[in-house]
Amino acid sequence: MDLLSLAIKSIFVENILLAYFLGMCSFLACSKKVDTAIGLGFAVIFVLAITLPANWAIHHFLLAPGALAWVPGGKLAGLDLSFLNFICFIATIASMVQLVEMILDKFFPALYHALGIFLPLITVNCAILGGSLFMIEREYGFVESTVFGISSGVGWLLAIASMAAIRNKLRYSHLPDGLKGLGITMIMTGLMAMAFMCFSGINL
Amino acid sequence: MASAAKKLLMDPFSDNNPITIQVLGICSALAVTVKVDTAIVMPLALTAVVTLSNFVISLLRNVIPSGIRMIVEMAVIATLVIIADQLLQAFLFDISKQLSVFVGLIITNCIVMGRAEAFALQNPPKDSLLDGLGNGLGYGIVLIAVASIREVLGFGSWLGFKLMPENYMGNGLALLAPGAFIILGLLIWAQRTVTKYVED
Repeated sequence: MDLLSLAIKSIFVENILLAYFLGMCSFLACSKKVDTAIGLGFAVIFVLAITLPANWAIHHFLLAPGALAWVPGGKLAGLDLSFLNFICFIATIASMVQLVEMILDKFFPALYHALGIFLPLITVNCAILGGSLFMIEREYGFVESTVFGISSGVGWLLAIASMAAIRNKLRYSHLPDGLKGLGITMIMTGLMAMAFMCFSGINL
Repeated sequence: MASAAKKLLMDPFSDNNPITIQVLGICSALAVTVKVDTAIVMPLALTAVVTLSNFVISLLRNVIPSGIRMIVEMAVIATLVIIADQLLQAFLFDISKQLSVFVGLIITNCIVMGRAEAFALQNPPKDSLLDGLGNGLGYGIVLIAVASIREVLGFGSWLGFKLMPENYMGNGLALLAPGAFIILGLLIWAQRTVTKYVED
């Protein structure tokens, strides 16, 4: 039940995009068409679901204070390598994205071509690195991290898909020149964030 | 100062502002602007990182093989961010706690990566240094503007000094996420009306 509650919380109540502003750049750049938005959203779910458990393992077995106690001899037990978190996480993310790209290319060429250009872009999506950093800050366990990763991705997909749908309609409205594009998108995102805040009473 | 160098430094303040025109680095612009003090420290960290990363990448631009340039850029940026994070934890611990994960997220801040890709890879170190400095400060100006509006509306104070009368009720919406999106949206509208920039 805790896991379900965590999933609901990270999809709706604390949506990674609408409440923590993560992944805004690709959200703004790729929300012009609904099908690209959905493709990117699924790629984000996929990468988050892989990198969060991987980074959890790296943090807990290599980098956390005292994590190296399993090395025989016990000389390394006092080490605290957590300052290396950033560089290791981003390296994991970059190599995972590369790996996913290669696997998709080999076994699921159709999906690979559909996602094509978006896969490499995901490395620099702050929602991915942000997910890993939140996981460390909130001290999630392994299963919790996986659930958190997948549901954050689902939340992100939900946000970008609905924004793409709204922007499709916006194309036919008359806006002041300065408000076109980024300005109105930010305001719409604000209204969407307000709508998502209505979920905040839910507690399972 | 030579006019070309001045242009590099001053352009990002308004005509080519990283946030309002280039649409880079929006995430942190919204997340750290609840109060003015975090909105001052964050751009300082980002300016240091983007200036130095532009400089280093520009020095290396003829050596980096183009196939692995992203990874090299990431390594340079991540190292600089680790240094910035450790310095903040050592000297400004309270603010570093409030910024939480967003210092680490400078690594994936599109401004740093974007300027490295778009500018530092093609230009000599001195110009890249100025470009980084200009973009960092242009980002800072927008952050301080957003944070000022949010703190004055939300807490009735600016940088901790009370501005509003005692009985002012803080506007909670300005402190929450939707308020941040809407305030930045309106600010972009105002800025683009002044500079006459129109998105197609």
